[in-house]
Amino acid sequence: MKNNSTGFVENPVVENPWRRLREFTDARIGLGRAGVSLPTKELLEFQLSHARARDAVHFPLDCDGLISAIEDSDVISSRVSDIHRLHSRASDRMEYLQRPDLGRRLNEHSRALLQHDISGGAGSDVDVSSEYDLGIVIVDGLSSLAVQQNVVPFLETLLPHLYDYSLAPISIVEQGRVAVGDEVGELLNARCVIVLIGERPGLSSPDSLGLYLTYKPHVGLTDAARNCISNIRPAGLSYSEAARRTQYLLDESRHLKLSGVNLKDRTQVDVVETVSSNKNFLIS
Amino acid sequence: MKYSYTAGQQTWHFENLAEVMAKATPARSGDRLAGVIARSAEERVIAQMVLADVPLKTFLNEALVPYEDDEVTRLIIDEHDAQAFSAISHLTVGDFRNWLLSDMATPDVLTGVRAGITPEMAAAVSKIMRNQDLILVAKKCHVKTAFRNTIGLPGHLSTRLQPNHPTDDVNGIAASILDGLLYGNGDAVIGINPATDNVAQAIKLMTLMDEVISKYEIPTQSCVLTHVTNTIECIEAGAPVDLVFQSIGGTEATNSSFGFNIATLAEAQDAALSLKRGTVGNNVMYFETGQGSSLSANAHHGLDQQTCEVRAYAVARKFNPLLINTVVGFIGPEYLFDGKEIIRAGLEDHFCAKLLGLPMGCDVCYTNHAEADQNDMDNLLTLLGVAGCSFVMGIPGSDDIMLNYQTTSFHDALYARRVLGSQPAPEFAQWLARMQIMGDAFVLNDALPEPFARSLNSLPPASGQH
Repeated sequence: MKNNSTGFVENPVVENPWRRLREFTDARIGLGRAGVSLPTKELLEFQLSHARARDAVHFPLDCDGLISAIEDSDVISSRVSDIHRLHSRASDRMEYLQRPDLGRRLNEHSRALLQHDISGGAGSDVDVSSEYDLGIVIVDGLSSLAVQQNVVPFLETLLPHLYDYSLAPISIVEQGRVAVGDEVGELLNARCVIVLIGERPGLSSPDSLGLYLTYKPHVGLTDAARNCISNIRPAGLSYSEAARRTQYLLDESRHLKLSGVNLKDRTQVDVVETVSSNKNFLIS
Repeated sequence: MKYSYTAGQQTWHFENLAEVMAKATPARSGDRLAGVIARSAEERVIAQMVLADVPLKTFLNEALVPYEDDEVTRLIIDEHDAQAFSAISHLTVGDFRNWLLSDMATPDVLTGVRAGITPEMAAAVSKIMRNQDLILVAKKCHVKTAFRNTIGLPGHLSTRLQPNHPTDDVNGIAASILDGLLYGNGDAVIGINPATDNVAQAIKLMTLMDEVISKYEIPTQSCVLTHVTNTIECIEAGAPVDLVFQSIGGTEATNSSFGFNIATLAEAQDAALSLKRGTVGNNVMYFETGQGSSLSANAHHGLDQQTCEVRAYAVARKFNPLLINTVVGFIGPEYLFDGKEIIRAGLEDHFCAKLLGLPMGCDVCYTNHAEADQNDMDNLLTLLGVAGCSFVMGIPGSDDIMLNYQTTSFHDALYARRVLGSQPAPEFAQWLARMQIMGDAFVLNDALPEPFARSLNSLPPASGQH
């Protein structure tokens, strides 16, 4: 283009021949350029990714749809007696985004609902020993999309692994953060709780589901008491692999009677350490 | 009461200097979350008026975090340079703003007084400065550092090439490094946030970057952004460590939550200096900061988040870093809610650090749950470029696929160069010209430079996946 003095060229975009290196990475390399700026096509593709991530944060969770999908699933509905629809203390998304403390606690109505449920509905004096092995808490978090798309197929994969666990009613919490699961688990008298929550959406991963496990959940625990499995989605950690790791952590947690930093996930082969060659194409 | 103000019929009272500082701070969500924010717009300006009348000397006598409880306070007080301070010791915060903006405060004069300025003085004056004031004064504060090239010369802007990969795949990382170099990025540092954070992994990545830098004779430095104690172990194991990285905060309790103290940093600096790997300078440290980290660690002592942030610069200043950057939009909307708050914080952090004599860069960035977008980042990048920011990040297409946030791209840096005339570090600019990557007027070569073409051609034909 340097030779062109008229300013008219066939294509003002300079392509990058190293774009083929995308076989090694999902990073947006080799985008090409118009002058030194992004070509229109790449600009708009970025905008589309960002728009999807924004929508994932701001679209409300379709609770009715999620409940229907759970009820329609024989694998899930045959294992759980009931579904509770709960809400955190954050009243709406704007408050949720600015006040993580409110997203970590149930509102009064939700607390009352769970307390009523666990006491058998009549305020009777009930046995407070652990009623359930496991509580499953579904939380919208920062991506309703992740919850909507991944929770049902993941639970259908996971629950057959957990045939010897008694399950508490499933809880769905709107405007919730991870720690809200501890309050739910405590009120349900569950020995262990797993929280399935929409993770902060990445530009190329708006649908990433996170799983957090707490043994003996109660209000006030920190992240140090939890184990996490991240990026559960078809394009990330597969449902079957995530289910395998969840079962491992749950079994270990039940055995060791703990969770968090002292519960090590040894299911992961550290692929990074075992690759035979560390040489890359720039050095070869 | 010492901190009060009467306006008409109403008298406003403030409990102490910390409350004045917090309430004088331009509004942001993190201070609201902490419960230290002004209760009204009027109270904020009243607090700014009170703050403007506070003598700078007061900050030497009224520690915002007790001296006995906090090693960062002790560092600030014990290492204060009274000689340098003497030129400004008679000023109030309001006078200090006037003085900084005045023609008396030349670059040389500002360099002379910087050791007499404490973080709290810098934070205080920034709270009563408009964005244009923060830009104008920062531009007068020249801070030059060096390792294998020279960072921070006036009229220059450097970039950190950030080739992160979600599984640390060596070819994936190399692909992003190549992309960045061919877009003229990477003079501040080639710096990787490792996906797997342990010593063996860090050594592998350090070796990768060392081999690339050596083979292509690139006048730049590398860094694996792992914990400082990991880097010390890497050095003991003989790894090629250029820069030692650590995230730092402005209180001892914040840094404890990060798993280090000032002595740890001293040990790491000594170890890195012993390797003598710098060619044109010996600045071996790289720090990251960001407003909200102390509150996030519940270690903010009731202070506002910007004051905590600037106190971190005292920690940085002790170790003569090559680079320090605020990761301004990474922490999320509970601390900086939207583009307006992120932009303000970025300009504050840059100004305060430069005033204290630090080579401040900025990770101009946002997460997808913040009320911000690429246009906000364009604004902040341009403003910081005008202000003489030492460096910004560069990643492929603004998308960090490992950390899941957006920061400035390789293309963005070239935009800033073209509109502002900002040059890369001189040693690196010569390399770019020699390699026929980028010539005068920031024009990129349309053809692939020969050494890189050879490497690319050594690959087997594409598998057809893409």
